[in-house]
Amino acid sequence: MATTQLLSLTGVSKEFPGVKALKNVHFDLDKGEVHAIVGENGAGKSTLMKILSGIYKKDTGDIVYLGKSVNVSSPLEAQKLGISIIHQELNLMPDLTVAENIFIGREDRRKGRIFLDNRKLNKATKALLEELDLVLDPKQKVGELTIAKQQMVEIAKAVSYRGEVIIMDEPTSSLTPAETQALFKIIRSLKAAGKGVVYISHRLEELSQITDRITVIRDGEYVKTLNTPETSIPEVIALMVGRKVDQDQRPTGRELSNEVVLKVEGISDSRLLSDVSFELRKGEILGFAGLMGAGRTELARALIGADPKTAGKIYLRGKEVKIKSPSDAVKSGIGYLSEDRKKYGLLLIQNLTFNTILSSIPAFSNKFGFLKTKPAGSITRDAIKQLSIRTPSENQYVKNLSGGNQQKVVISKWLTRDCDILIFDEPTRGIDVGAKDEIYKLLTKLASEGKSIIMISSELPEILRMSDRIAVMCEGKLTGIIDNKDANQNKIMQYATKFRD
Amino acid sequence: MSDTVKVAKGENKIAAYAKREIGRVLALASLVVIFVFFTIMRPVFASWENVSDGILMSTVVIGLMAIGTTFVIITGGIDLSIGTTTALVAVIVGKLVQGLGLNVWAGILVGILIGGICGVINGLLITILKLPPFIATLATMKAAQGLALIISDLKPVMFTADVKGWDAIATGNIIPNFPNGALILFVGAIIGSIILNKTVIGRYTFAIGSNQAATQLSGVKVNAWIVAIYGLGGLYVGMAAVVLTSRLGSARPDLGLGYELEAIAAVIIGGTSLLGGKGTISGTIIGALIMSVLINGLRILELQQEWQYVITGIVIVLAVWGDNVRRRKTGEIS
Ligand SMILES: Nc1ncnc2c1ncn2[C@@H]1O[C@H](COP(=O)(O)OP(=O)(O)OP(=O)(O)O)[C@@H](O)[C@H]1O
Ligand SMILES: [Mg+2]
Repeated sequence: MATTQLLSLTGVSKEFPGVKALKNVHFDLDKGEVHAIVGENGAGKSTLMKILSGIYKKDTGDIVYLGKSVNVSSPLEAQKLGISIIHQELNLMPDLTVAENIFIGREDRRKGRIFLDNRKLNKATKALLEELDLVLDPKQKVGELTIAKQQMVEIAKAVSYRGEVIIMDEPTSSLTPAETQALFKIIRSLKAAGKGVVYISHRLEELSQITDRITVIRDGEYVKTLNTPETSIPEVIALMVGRKVDQDQRPTGRELSNEVVLKVEGISDSRLLSDVSFELRKGEILGFAGLMGAGRTELARALIGADPKTAGKIYLRGKEVKIKSPSDAVKSGIGYLSEDRKKYGLLLIQNLTFNTILSSIPAFSNKFGFLKTKPAGSITRDAIKQLSIRTPSENQYVKNLSGGNQQKVVISKWLTRDCDILIFDEPTRGIDVGAKDEIYKLLTKLASEGKSIIMISSELPEILRMSDRIAVMCEGKLTGIIDNKDANQNKIMQYATKFRD
Repeated sequence: MSDTVKVAKGENKIAAYAKREIGRVLALASLVVIFVFFTIMRPVFASWENVSDGILMSTVVIGLMAIGTTFVIITGGIDLSIGTTTALVAVIVGKLVQGLGLNVWAGILVGILIGGICGVINGLLITILKLPPFIATLATMKAAQGLALIISDLKPVMFTADVKGWDAIATGNIIPNFPNGALILFVGAIIGSIILNKTVIGRYTFAIGSNQAATQLSGVKVNAWIVAIYGLGGLYVGMAAVVLTSRLGSARPDLGLGYELEAIAAVIIGGTSLLGGKGTISGTIIGALIMSVLINGLRILELQQEWQYVITGIVIVLAVWGDNVRRRKTGEIS
């Protein structure tokens, strides 16, 4: 038994100012095992993994690695030991190529060598990518890749260290089902090679496909470790959140008004979009499904004037409007919640209050331009309660929140702005089951209050559960709009792959 | 550790305030320590005469420029043109007031406005032509330098006794024994601090510096605000130029180059991050004071000017390093 154990953590505690992130947590990993860590947003999963990979120092606790007690004092130390991590947030340099990113810090440093040998670098990268079955060009700049492809680069980078332990913190949150399966193939081959994989995900249905054991943590405390074959998703959820959560209901045939709030006619851009037209009704949730790269985010950005359109008209309640910039869009009552919260959604170095009022600052100031801080604070406290954001107070810096809680802060910004039309781009990415359920309820509530919602999502169950109608895109074109009554996963996938073979 | 935890829970407001303000408390403490050190070495250092003329008055021009620059730096930008803009404003105002007999108050107003216009031009270059702030303001720095020389015909404009009251702008005493220049600086700082912390433009200054793309997607007219913020910074530069000419009794086209770096140094010593998104006016004022106290003190100790430069360099390193250590401890940066 002792010989198969790769790693064990015992009695790990970690405290941040105002937050006890981990309390006496233990965890172990065997050779050839995939061990999942699950828990709500802010439970402490990422913190535990950051301790294991040398980014944070633990306050107390022991790490035993390959039978020896070790002190992982820095990321470099972790690398040397053979522990590599794929972070929840991507950490790539957009202006460097795929190859340069993968081998950053490990360029050939032999004596007498001044110039980098790019040919060799690209060759090594190509071999690695082929081994992992990833279709990527080593010479392409990472910034030009989609988020999913960037995630693949992170995975290749982690594997390239050839370590014993690979930690994956929500690797699939931006992957399509097909890409997820490709990742699972990689994980299985790592497993077969006797490596240990720590796997963090909020997509619980993945657990039975890929993991051997599941450790649940709640509020920074160890709850239980389960053998995957002997448990079920409801049991895991109950341990995670301490209550029952409804899953997978379809909307119950809501009465839709006939009032068209937004009409989009023939939107095209210079890169991908071609002649997209649709209507959005009052109180409707219009889901946008499609594969990664189908142009849904591009459509949203063109719609709100963040990127230029080459053609197309937009009508609000029958009247044509010119939307040339996001500020025009917001003024017309259209809010956009980006899929990339770190880059386009949040002021990470500011606190929750600042972020919550960001798009409504004029509403929180008097006619002389002075801010009203009291209402700003109280609306933020309301949002924290309504969305159950886990934070010591509204004055916490957003970058100190867990990933899922950051996402809720973006949502609170748009709730505060009170737009009539809300575009949610992957609203539940990285959000735990309990909170997902709350967000679904919130979307439904907003819709029933007469707001119109466009929900872009790559998770078909989510699309099917939430949408009144489903618009499907493929390669920049709208291939179909389906009523939820008539929709199923197969039908959506058919439209989503119309122009592919 | 345990008391910081309590603070974060909001149980102790005073402690929370002290914790939030610790950066400036520490900066102020270093200012006091330096001050006490020089006083012990040479008691004359602490005489009111030295404090008001030697320290406060020599802080005014750089201090005013630094207030405006604080805004610009918090947006994540930089303004290299403020030094030579000072010279340009100075000679224009000199020509108008001394040469054409413009009224003193009108002269002050015109000076401030020209400074503002120069700032707006920078803002337009940055937003419309999409030049990086460093490049845009490097260009206007050169252009302003040239224009100052052209307008002045390479000669300083001397203010004569006919221009009544111009010298009083900086050296008069509305408050007995307290030079007007210093008063202007403190009033300017208070106004700046209110604008930065309590108004919409101040809030957008922080937002743009924290994440410009996210701010824009939130529906904020980022470009317009950037122009306004550079313009606001320019108003302070205009005021600095007016005070400078008043203090010297002349407008010199060659004076000003290099002031921009001193102003930027004051901002940085005061704890404002060059990366944008963080900063305070009071920190900037403390930063400017630390620099003039040091220079004045070292001069009184009869240290050569060369060494004054070296020590200023060391102080910048210490100040910024110390601030980083503190912020890492409080989790403000990681
Ligand atoms: N650098 C930090 N400073 C202060 N608090 C922090 C810091 N990092 C994490 N925290 C807090 O520690 C707790 C655990 O965060 P962690 O990121 O580990 O959660 P998580 O389980 O990974 O959640 P998610 O599923 O949302 O990613 C949270 O309450 C978070 O706000
Ligand atoms: Mg996490």
